[in-house]
Amino acid sequence: MSAVAALIRKDLRMELRTRESVPSMFLFSLSTFVLFRFGLDRETLAGDLASGVLWVTLLFAAVLGMNRLFVAEREEGGFDAFLLAPVDRTSLFVAKATVLFGFLVAVEIAAIPAFAVLLLGPSPFQALPGLLAILVLADAGIAIIGTLVGALAIQTRARDLIVPLIALPLVLPVVIAAGHATSPLFAQAGAEALPARWLGVLGLYDLVFGLLALAVFDFLLED
Amino acid sequence: MAPAIELEDVGRAYGERTALAGVTLTLEPGRTLAVFGANGAGKTTLLRILATLLRPHAGRARVLGRDLPAEGWAVRGRVGLLAHDPLLYRELSARENLEFHAQLHGVALERVEALLDQVGLRARADEPVRTLSRGMAQRVAICRASLHEPELLLLDEPLANLDPGAAEAVEPLIGRNAGPARVVISHDVEHGLSEADLVLGLRKGRAEFVAARAEVAEADIRALYSAPAAAREARA
Repeated sequence: MSAVAALIRKDLRMELRTRESVPSMFLFSLSTFVLFRFGLDRETLAGDLASGVLWVTLLFAAVLGMNRLFVAEREEGGFDAFLLAPVDRTSLFVAKATVLFGFLVAVEIAAIPAFAVLLLGPSPFQALPGLLAILVLADAGIAIIGTLVGALAIQTRARDLIVPLIALPLVLPVVIAAGHATSPLFAQAGAEALPARWLGVLGLYDLVFGLLALAVFDFLLED
Repeated sequence: MAPAIELEDVGRAYGERTALAGVTLTLEPGRTLAVFGANGAGKTTLLRILATLLRPHAGRARVLGRDLPAEGWAVRGRVGLLAHDPLLYRELSARENLEFHAQLHGVALERVEALLDQVGLRARADEPVRTLSRGMAQRVAICRASLHEPELLLLDEPLANLDPGAAEAVEPLIGRNAGPARVVISHDVEHGLSEADLVLGLRKGRAEFVAARAEVAEADIRALYSAPAAAREARA
């Protein structure tokens, strides 16, 4: 656990210094909301459409974070230094997934109020408790896949292309489940009950891909 | 005590290109192997195999009594690598980098302060590595490589960018009398030979010679950097 804590601390410290990931993810989200507002020519959105716009935007913003997740390890020899240490290699996966999860939460803290102001028709306050549960489960899924794909892509020259090409199809179930779960919360007449079935799908996805990632991550670091 | 390194016909390829082939040698604990060869001769590949970062594609490699790559897990943490790149995060300070590596290796943080003192970097320890001179960054990298008191040091041009004072300061950490077995890649023939117990000359990935220090002349080493015919003449 101390290795995981050291890796997380190091990544957060570097993000605070460079401000490379979270601000760009947030600015991307903001620009996309503005584009949707004018592109759809609608001042407010509700239901399925609002849910879809929110999740597609958050997912594309997450891709930016995935692309940057392992850059320092690759360019500054962090992989080699880590591989020389007597620590379980999955600690790198756990640390990076936690960091990406943290980045997503930080972006959402700013992006979701912006979404509510710029696009959302119904009041967001009623939807908030349910939305928080969906965000936690969906962010976990995106962070797991993002870390796995980020580690795979960083070994290639075309990582900027590889990440979206591999990650987007893999996180499609997250977008589908999160979209369906969020849609009733954004109903025009006020937030409806949270659909437990879709939360279950998100939880199952996190569990399956979390275990899968732990099993295969070691091999991604092998020569 | 098992030899620090035992290589038997070790080879490695990158796709179609052979980077290393037929390297056979044994290095006893506490001894120094000096590796010479022109650019692209396979020196770095050899170092990365010994560090468990690359798998050998041919032959048998044992480091600190463990077979590679099967028992690489048992070697990690017992090897210190000073590579061509310093393996330091540029945005972090020297102290932050060393503390990070100390945590990964389970080393007490007091050791970081002691090392910073030893290499004369305490005053600049909180500045980002990107603001340090190459020589200073090299000193931090030497601290990183020796932080966990490894049993085998793998050193690629360890004194590169160091002034004489800095070279003297790092001597107890990575020098001949530091304690661990060492593999030293050097282009400084005279200095490299003076530190060696065993000498490996590489040319285009193949071992041109492996010999005890006393059996190798400076001319043999210099010939590695010239044409193959000249090398044969020098050996003859």
